[in-house]
Formats: sequence, C-alpha cells, structure tokens
Amino acid sequence: MTISIDPQKTNNESLQPKGWLRYFSFSLDHKVIGIQYLVCGFLFYLIGGTLASAIRIELASPMSDFMPRDVYNQVLTLHGTIMIFLWIVPVVNGAFGNYLIPFYVGARDMAFPRLNAVAFWLIPPSGLMLVASYFVEGAAQAGWTAYPPLSITTPQSGQIIWILSVLLLGGSSIFGGINFIATIIKLRRPGLKLMQLPMYCWAMLGTSLLVVLSTPVLAGTLILLSFDIIANTGFFNPVLGGNVVVYQHLFWFYSHPAVYIMVLPAFGLVSEILPVHARKPLFGYTTMVFSIMGIVVLGLVVWAHHMFTSGTPPWMRLFFTIATAFIAVPTGIKFFNWVATLWGGKISINSAMLFSCGFIINFVFGGITGVALAQVPFDIHVHDTYFVVAHFHYIVYGGTVFIIFSSIYHWFPKVTGKMLNEKLGILHFIITFIGFNLCFAPQHWLGLNGMPRRVAEYDPQFQFVNQISSLGALLMAVSTIPFLINVFLSVRNGKDSGDNPWNALTPEWLTSSPPPVENWEGEAPLVEEPYGYGKEISERK
Amino acid sequence: MTTLDSSKEIQKNNSEVNETHEDFRMFGLITFLIADGMTFAGFFAAYLTYKAVNPLPDGAIYELELPIPTLNTILLLVSSATFHKAGKALLKDKNSESQKWLFFTAFLGIIFLICQLFEYFHLPFGLTDNLFASTFYALTGFHGLHVTLGTLMILIIAWQSRIKGGRLTSQNTFPLEAVELYWHFVDGIWVILFIILYLF
Repeated sequence: MTISIDPQKTNNESLQPKGWLRYFSFSLDHKVIGIQYLVCGFLFYLIGGTLASAIRIELASPMSDFMPRDVYNQVLTLHGTIMIFLWIVPVVNGAFGNYLIPFYVGARDMAFPRLNAVAFWLIPPSGLMLVASYFVEGAAQAGWTAYPPLSITTPQSGQIIWILSVLLLGGSSIFGGINFIATIIKLRRPGLKLMQLPMYCWAMLGTSLLVVLSTPVLAGTLILLSFDIIANTGFFNPVLGGNVVVYQHLFWFYSHPAVYIMVLPAFGLVSEILPVHARKPLFGYTTMVFSIMGIVVLGLVVWAHHMFTSGTPPWMRLFFTIATAFIAVPTGIKFFNWVATLWGGKISINSAMLFSCGFIINFVFGGITGVALAQVPFDIHVHDTYFVVAHFHYIVYGGTVFIIFSSIYHWFPKVTGKMLNEKLGILHFIITFIGFNLCFAPQHWLGLNGMPRRVAEYDPQFQFVNQISSLGALLMAVSTIPFLINVFLSVRNGKDSGDNPWNALTPEWLTSSPPPVENWEGEAPLVEEPYGYGKEISERK
Repeated sequence: MTTLDSSKEIQKNNSEVNETHEDFRMFGLITFLIADGMTFAGFFAAYLTYKAVNPLPDGAIYELELPIPTLNTILLLVSSATFHKAGKALLKDKNSESQKWLFFTAFLGIIFLICQLFEYFHLPFGLTDNLFASTFYALTGFHGLHVTLGTLMILIIAWQSRIKGGRLTSQNTFPLEAVELYWHFVDGIWVILFIILYLF
C-alpha cells in the first residue's frame, strides 16, 4: 500500500507560526524540532554546568564548607541526570538526528512528524520537573544510577520525581528511536542504497536500535523501584527479601548501551565533519558500518563490567571482561579510520576541525582507560574512585560534547545562513581543551591513589590535585562565554555564508541555507557518493 | 535570521512534485511492540532471577490455582480469533458484521479483566507479602494494563467501523490492523506469562 502526500494536508504547515515563534509551537517541521532539541538541551547544559561548577567549588577544599553534605548529594545527582538525559542524549540524537537525517535520506520530513513533535515536547516538562524537585523537599540524592537500597532510604519525594522524569525522558527517547529507524529504513529516496548513506545515518540506525532494545528495560526497572518506594514492596529491598543486584543488572542493561547511545552519534557526526574539512573521502566506509553494528551487538552484552565488585561470579566476570575488551576492536578500527581520513588531506584549521581533532585525542584517552577498567583486577582496585569519573568524562565530555560543539560550528551556516566568527571559535576551542584536560586528567591520579567518588569531604593529601582540577572546571565554565557571544553576534550580524560555505558534498548542503520548509525545491538530489572529495567533478556520480 | 515565506514555498513544491511513499505505519508499530516486549523481557528476567537465587521465607504462600488463568488463556486465544474474523469481514465491506466481532472481542477482553480481578481478590497473598507475591502482581498487573488499553482501543475502532460516518472501510483498514497486531502481541505475552508464572 502506498500513501500519496495530500497537498491539502501539507498546507496545514503554512498555518503554523513563522519566524522565531515557531520554535515555541508544536511544529511538525523536522528542522524546527531539531533546533528546539538543541536550544532546550543547551539551556539544560548551562544548568548542569552550573551544578558541576558547584561540585568543583566544594571539592576545592577537603571539608564540606560550601554546601551541606545532603545538598552536595542532590547537586551531583542532578548534575549527572541533567547532563545525560537532558543534554547529551537529546542533543546528539534528537537535535542533529532530526535536522540531518531527512536530508541524508532525501526526504521532506521524518517518518512520523507528529510522534517527533510529541517526543520533543516531553523533554521540557520533565526537565523542569527534575530541576523543580530541588525546591520541594530536596532533589533525589542517590546519584544518576539510583541504586537501591540508597534510593529507597533517601527522602522519597525527590526520588519519585526523579523516576517520573527519567521515565518521561526514556519515553521521548524511544519515540525518537522508532522514528529514526523508520525514516532511515523506509523513507529513503528511491535509488538511494543503504551503503550510500552518509555515516551519521548508520550511527543513528545503530543508536536507535540500542534505544529501542534497552530503554524499555530501564523503564520497567524504574517502575519496580517506584513500587519499592511508594508501595513498600521488596523487589530491591534486602530487608524484605529482595535483591539489589537484580536492579544493578537491569539498570546497566540500559545504562551501558546508554554510553553508546551518547557516543555512537558522535562517531557519525565526526565522520561527516572530517572528510569535508580535510577534503578527502572517509577512509574505510564499509569497515565503519560494520564497526558501528559490531558495537551495537557487543554493547548489549557487556553491562556487568560495571558490577565486578557486586559479588559477580567468576565465570560472569570472565565473560564480561572478554566481551568488553572485544569492543576495543571496532572502536579502534574507527579511530584509525579517522586518522587515515586526515592523513594527507588538505586540512583547514577551523573551529569545527579543531573540535573534531580534540575529540579524537580525548576519545582515544578515554578509550584506553576504558579497556583498563574492563580488566577485573584493575577494576576492583579503582572501582568507585575518581578514576572512573575521569574515564567517563573523557568519553562523554572529551568525546561527545566536543563533537556537539564541532557540529555546531560545522552546521551553523546551514541552519542560519550566517558564519560563526572563527577567532572566537578557536578561542573557545583552546580554553575548552585546556580546561577539560586540566580538570579531568588529574582525576586519574586521584582515583589511582584511592580518592572515592561522590563524596563532599576527602583526605587533605588530595587537596592540591583537586584544586588543579577545580581550576580546569573554572576554565571550562569560562569557555562557554566566547561561544555564547559568538552565537549571539553571528545570528544578528554574522557574515553571509552562501548555500555551501564548506563546498561539502553531503546532501544537506545541496539545498539553500537556511533550507526551504520542505527541504528541496523540486525533487531531492540523489547523492551516491557523499564523500567523493578529491575527484574531478566529471568522475563523481 | 531570514524568514521564509513558507506558504508560497509549499504551494510551489506541491504543484511540481506529486510524491508517494510506502505505508510504514505498521513498521513503526512493530518497532514499538519490540520495545514494549523488552519491558516485559526485563520483568521476566527479574522474576526468573528471583526464582533462581532468592529463597522465599519459610511459610510463604505462593501456590496459585489454575482454573481461572486457564480460562483466561482460552478467553484471550479465542479473542484473537474473533478479532481476525472482524478484520476479514471489514475487508469484504461487511461493516456491521465486523462491528459485531469487534464488540465480541472487547467483551472477551472485559471478561478476562473481571476474571483477573476475581483472582486477585481471592488470592491468599497481598502485594507486599513476599517477593513472589510482588513479582506476581507486577507482572500480571502490567499485562492487565495492556489488556485494558487494548479493550479501550477495540471499543474505539468498533465505534469507528459503524456504517454511517465511520472511518473504517475496506480501503482504510489500518486502525483495525494496528489494534489487531497489538492485541495478538498482548495475547502472546499472556501465553509466555501463563507458562512461566503458573505452570513452570
């Protein structure tokens, strides 16, 4: 059965608000929704960043003098939850996915535009609810993992609001995932083969599979946890005969894939940005595709490496160590492919390129500590210390957030038709890169020397290194300023970019910038070689 | 930022391009059902783990009676068949016949829910008595929620397949097919649940 697009129906879009007002409407346009995700996510990033600064101020001295201990617990819980569920996941999936995927598959919109709008509008209320919980009876205190029995014994109202909010955000994520899978598989322009898609499509396909397969398990787990809190059942309460390890298994069945949900789209985005600014085809397209799918499959069977100290039996430790070490293979392939893409290219040193290179450097560092953490003897030593904090932030900040900024510099001209200021952009990169490494590199040392994470007070011998780390955090906070100035100035009176300022070959640049409402004037172009750089125009398909 | 005059743009596009695409609503629904199935998979995994590693305290009651759930299994299996009949009738443009089968299916769903509640009221254990009891109520309750939603949706499409002014015709069978697929899914989950919770 086929559906023909009814002109009457699509015309309804013209009844929707125009100009900036459309960003506050229930718009069905994938480009508007993408920007809604991005701006909403960035506002939450500012909140989460403020909380991170508060944590680092507290840790500048060994005693808890900046805030009381229970407030510290609330702040670190909110910081983790906001950054993961309201900044990285929505932005790296929702924002760039919604904006780019329809262009990449040659469509006029996502497969299910209404579902798409619903998925976005679930985010602001649940985010506000989460932030507001701090002002009621205190926010959740059990960390973003909400491990019982801690989450059962801490004050209930904050924890319940946290659960509700994460459930809504999970729902939003699942709706988004369904939409991406349907768009990539079913809405491709006739004649466009799967193996001709830009790499970001593959990354989003893999990510969406993980979202659809693992997020529902978290939802079920949190429903059981809320029963434990409200109805006094004993699923995860040892006093009532329950089992806390079951919670950990179910939680990490989602939350390990969640790491890939946060980082796979970044792999895709960097694979789009590098070829454009190095003027070379993406190295090893096919191996990239198989690496992504390999990571998806392996990512679902490694969750218990978070639980080596939870009484996990030896055979399970062995299996999860080996499975985790295997993930280094596809990830390493991708890393070498990016380096090979740069090799011998005509590299432009601009903000987008710098942030992408920063990503490669930080990510390989985080990847190496990741392989180290997968080894049981090492993991038992550094479990629940600052080593884990450092590893994790090298992946999600040094990896994904660097790519988010890189992508903003790369696609800003697409969205607005204006260029961002390069000098401010490079300043932004330098402060971010130095600040980030100053903040998190010393934490490896702290962890190896036994400083536990999630504590407001620590042994005074760690004070000096903690202060270096706090200085780095200060720089990271400062780095946002040139970025914000840059965006505000450029939106108002930036240099006109023209339709294709980077001379890129991927489909989104083959229409005007900013694009028309239904993406293309006339039929969508068939791009068989999205990375055909370095060839004569006549050779390109 | 430049604002596009979108209304002109769309009219121009539509006059030039008359595009069609495949109907992928069913594909989206199947993806959603896979996700929904994973929620149940999580619950089942928790239940089986508890059964394997968490011994119940001495004297805990966890015996279940079989007659009502067996009746319920038969009810759901029959309702899947009657739903299928409704779809067949709609394809032949026999709306009133289709409507009858749909109402009968919804009726079976309601009987199922009544039986389930009856069982709840007569069980010797409550929600918080022990781990088995909690898991039992969580699993059957979550499934019951799905049956409730399914029954409501069947009533809605039964109303929509009325002859005068109804949306469902032999040309537009998607709503019925979608609810039918969902209903078979809920039915299948019940069979798994019946086997591992009551028989196993």
